[in-house]
This record gives sequence, C-alpha cells and structure tokens, in this order.
Amino acid sequence: MNFVYEKLMGGKQGFFGFIILATLIIVILPLFLDIFRLNLVGKYLTYAFAAVSLVLLWGYGGILSLGQGVFFGLGGYGMAMFLKLEASSPENTQIQSTPGIPDFMDWNQIISLPWFWEPFNSLPLTIAAILILPALFAFIIGTAMFKRRVGGVYFAIITQVIAVILTILIVGQQGFTGGINGITDLRTLNGWDITSDNAKYIFYFLNAFLLLTVIVISRFILTSKFGSLLLAIRDKEDRVRFSGYDVSNFKIFIFSFSAMVSAIGGAMFTLQVGFMSPSFVGIVPSIEMVIFAAVGGRMSLIGVVYGTLLINFGKTTFSESFPELWLFLMGGLFISVVMFFPNGLAGLWNDYGHHITNKIPFWKKLKKTEVSQAVVEKTDEATV
Amino acid sequence: MDEYTSSELVSIFAMQGFAGISLFSVLLLMALGLAIIFGQMGVINMAHGEFMAVGAYTTYFISFFAETYLPSFIPYYFIFAIVMAFFVAAILGYMAEFALIRHLYKRPLDTLLATWGLSLIMQQSFRTLFGAREVSPALPEWLLGSYQPTDTIDIPLNGMFVLALTAIVTLGVFYLLYKSSWGLRVRATTQNRVMSGAVGINTKKVDRYTFALGCGIAGIAGAAFTTIASTGPTTGTLYIVDTFMVVVFGGAASLLGTIVSAFSIAQAQSILEFFISGSMAKVYTLCALVLILMFKPEGLFASKVRR
Repeated sequence: MNFVYEKLMGGKQGFFGFIILATLIIVILPLFLDIFRLNLVGKYLTYAFAAVSLVLLWGYGGILSLGQGVFFGLGGYGMAMFLKLEASSPENTQIQSTPGIPDFMDWNQIISLPWFWEPFNSLPLTIAAILILPALFAFIIGTAMFKRRVGGVYFAIITQVIAVILTILIVGQQGFTGGINGITDLRTLNGWDITSDNAKYIFYFLNAFLLLTVIVISRFILTSKFGSLLLAIRDKEDRVRFSGYDVSNFKIFIFSFSAMVSAIGGAMFTLQVGFMSPSFVGIVPSIEMVIFAAVGGRMSLIGVVYGTLLINFGKTTFSESFPELWLFLMGGLFISVVMFFPNGLAGLWNDYGHHITNKIPFWKKLKKTEVSQAVVEKTDEATV
Repeated sequence: MDEYTSSELVSIFAMQGFAGISLFSVLLLMALGLAIIFGQMGVINMAHGEFMAVGAYTTYFISFFAETYLPSFIPYYFIFAIVMAFFVAAILGYMAEFALIRHLYKRPLDTLLATWGLSLIMQQSFRTLFGAREVSPALPEWLLGSYQPTDTIDIPLNGMFVLALTAIVTLGVFYLLYKSSWGLRVRATTQNRVMSGAVGINTKKVDRYTFALGCGIAGIAGAAFTTIASTGPTTGTLYIVDTFMVVVFGGAASLLGTIVSAFSIAQAQSILEFFISGSMAKVYTLCALVLILMFKPEGLFASKVRR
C-alpha cells in the first residue's frame, strides 16, 4: 500500500492531484458535456499524451525534442492505415479500377497494396506496430545521437528536421500515404461503427483510462532511482558520467519511452477524430505540444494535462470568434510562460495554491499530519 | 540519366547550378545572421525567418511607396530598400533583445520557445498589416532579363545581382567580426563572458548590437528574397529549418563553414530537383545532412576552442 502511495502516486500532493484529475475527466466532464464537446475533450486529451511524454523527456531529462509530432503521427498513421484497409474492402471499393486498395492509391494509379501496408491488415499487428515502431525509431535516432553526445540545442534542431522530413515525405508520396489530405473516411473497427455516439463514449473512457495509466507509469519511473538519475543527468551530466553511469543509455530509454507514449496518443486521436493528416506531424504541432507542456508545467505530470486542456479550449474558443487575436495571444502566452513562469500552471499552484487550500479546513488538517510525519522522518534520518 | 547527351548534361548542371546560386545567396544571407546569433551568442532565434520577412515587407512597402508617389525613383529604390530593410530589421532585433532575449542567455532551450512565441506574434502582425495574400514588389527594369552565354544556358540577372549582394555582405561581416575592434569584443564575449566583462568590455551592449546585426542581415536576406519569390506572412517559417541546418552543418562558430555548407546544401537540392521531384530532393538533402551530422556532430568546420 505504501509502495502504491509513494511510488505510483507520488506522495500526498501527487495522490490528490491524480484523484482530482481522474474525477474531472472520468466523472465530471462526461456528466456535464454533450457528446460533441466530450469528443473534443477526448481529442485534446490525446495531445496530453505527448505533453506527459515531454515532462519525462524535457522537464526531467532536459532533452528538448521538437519531434514529438513525428511519434504522435506514426501512432496515428498506424491506426489510420488499419482502419483505412478495413474501410476499403473489395465490396466497398467496387467502382475503383483496382478494388480492395485504399481510394487514394487508386487515384494515384497504384495497382497493388504496398508491402509496408500489409501488416496493417491485422489488428494485433497494428497495435504492436503502434507501440513498437515509434519506440524503435526513437531508439535508432537516440542511439545515433546520444552515443555521440549530441545533445541540447543540436538535438532539438535535428528532431525538428526529422519532423520536416517526415511531413514532406507524407505530403509528397501521395499514393502511399494519402498526401496532404491524410487518411480519411475511417468508419469501422472490426465491423463496429466508430462514428456512433456509443463508440465515441467508449473511446473517450478508454483514452482517459490510458492517459491515467501512462501518468501512473511515468510517476513510477520518476520516483524510482532512474528518475533521480535522470534529474542528475539534466543538471550535471558530466558528474553522472564520471560516477560510472553510461548516460546515453538512460537518455535513449527515456526518449524511446516518450515516443511510445506519444504514439499511443496519436492512435487514440485517429480513433476519436476519424482521420489522420500530415498537419499533426510537422513542426507546428510538435512545438505546440511543447507549449502544452510549458504552460502546464514542465515538471508536473498532472499539470500538463490541465495545460493541454486549457490551451486547446482557448484555441477552439478564440479561433472561432477572434481568429486574428489567437496567434497574438498564443505568442504572448508563450513568451510570458518562458520568462515569468518557467514552471507553468503547476509552478503557480505550488507557489500560491496554499492560499486557496488553507481556506479548506479538511486540507489544513491533512497538511498538519503531513508536516508532523516529515518531522518524524527527519529525526529518523538524524538518528541513522 | 541515359537520355541526356553530355553537352545537355553540362547545360543542365550550369542552369540548375545558377538556380541553386539564388537559393544559396538567400540561404547564406539568412545563415550569416543566424551564425552570428546562434554561433556566437548561443541564442536559438526561431523568429529569424520573420526578421527576413520584415526585410521583404520593407522592400515591398518602399516599392509600393515609390510606385505611388515617386515614379522617377523606381530605378534606384531597390538599393535604398536594401539599406532600409537592414535598419528596420536591426531596430526590431535590438528591441527584441532588450525586451526578451537578454533575460534568457542562461537558458538556451528557452530562447527557442520564447522566440517561437515572438515569431507567432510577428506572423500575425504581417497578416494584419499587409494581408494574408502573398505580395511582391515591382522590380526595377535593370533587374529583369537574363544573360545568355550560349544557346542552351540562360542566367537570370536578378540571381547575379543577389549573388553580388551576398558577396558584399559576407565580406562586410568578415571584416566586422575578424578585423574590427568591435568584432574582437564580440569574439571575446563569446569565448568568456565573465572575463570580457572584467577587462572592461560592456558585454550587454555587445550582445545587443550583435543580435541587432544578425537580425539586420536577415533583413537584407529578405530584400534579396523579394527578387526571387513573393512574400507571405509564413514565408519566414519555410526557411528557418533550412537555415538552422546550414549553420549547424557548417559548424556553429565558423563563418567559412557556413558559406561552404550553404553552397553545398543549395547546390545539392537544386541539382537533385532537376532529376527527381522537388519535395524528394529536399527529403534526400535533409536526410543526408542528418546522417552526416550524426557522424560529425560538430559540423564541417568545428572551432578548435576548448569549452
């Protein structure tokens, strides 16, 4: 029990934060929002996967990846390829000159399914591909870079270039990828209509559940010895290396893990939104994911979820009514977060939140017990 | 490649080579500014492309003004526009450094985010001021037309003009950085900020003028850019990644490396473009760059300074 409380939830603060977040997205939002809005929230929450992965990678590891959109996109495209193949069964595509292949291939005079589409005929292989391929890709990039001690700014720029390459490739190879429009018209998953309200509810809860699981696993990684090492690498890489650790292996692991987490988000995105396009892969979405993490608080697994929700609500509301103002607001928010609140919303809460929580008697009592416990622990250490 | 005769291939290479030279000029002008800002100061200026757009829009504005009020001035306005593009971009850069960058020198990754925010604001300002449509200035007549050394080779004059401009700016930057006393102060500050301060260099002032100079050169790049393509609010973002690749590939602190890498990237892309589609040419060029950088992370011409 203590293991669960300390390691998986991160002590009192993490535990309450987690419970509040879980209540919000599993109970409160579904109760008060209609299915259209809930589906939107579900879409935002898929970006939160990428934001959580950036907490691990950037907040704790100090590695800024501007290529999380690549992994998000790989996951999303993996799922979209499976759904597209199901949607283009020979019966559905009788009017094409080659029935049984996706419509955009037919438009581009491709007459048989390319080899790399074949595995996506089966759902288990697709899920395996979504989990493994992005992580493998990150492993290769990470090995090539971290083993040669490329880091910091150079890593950020190279991941950005990879995002550019992938976008150009997807847009340019229209016959294989659907081009700029992406993969659209996705309707069924194993014969089950994914556009129905029923399916949208199920995907929303599945998505919320997966996100919370990812947060718990990430918390476990961060509270373990690995987490402390990660922080140490961020702050004084050389000292960790001199202590006998192979720094690059830790970086490669966290980069691959973050790629996998982003890819899960991408796959859930495709399921909930019903299409995937290169506009979720390139530089702009990748940097937006960094914004979500920065605004929510790059050191807080819970905070980034709120950051993601807040920015996306803002984006939807503003770009509907004042599209010109939105970019000004976004730019200003970005600059002010970096300059004045480097720890984002979570940092603000930590600095000023006690003014609010102190007004709640129940919380006050909790805090007292926590303090006395801390004192006990301190004296324990002293006696040891 | 079999269907081309050898003389045709020579012409293709010459023509694509000259097309590449226009790209090379713009990339080099952009990269020179960025090499100063990123290579010397360590600031990742994601808004660099927008400073280029500022130069381009300044040129457009002056051409518009000349057309409307001073038609006799049109043949000469372009030279004036280049100077103005430099100063407008440099003053904006000076202000950006004062308001934003100087607080972030110790956090290079954060400059990336803050300047990205700045670039969003600048893009939206362009859209509000000049509209979302792409604009291009009316070029003076002496920039139009082309030079034909043989029947099959056709070299546009604007490309040659931009090349000459680039050469002048490059020499100017070399002189400023390596021969002038101001350049000495810049290099000293880069190598050891605290020590430079101790020997009496006003490092804050040096930073501010260095950043302004880098932005000003981006402004000149923008003026040169208007002779090649039209300018829109998002023009800057199209070039920013390429420019960073030029600087990183050349070796961040080396100006010579920047020139060599701008030349090889522009030529590789332009010559490949003739044989395969433009987008795939870019993919191959960028992939090759990433691969080379994995084996040689410090770039082509690494500086030998110990840090």
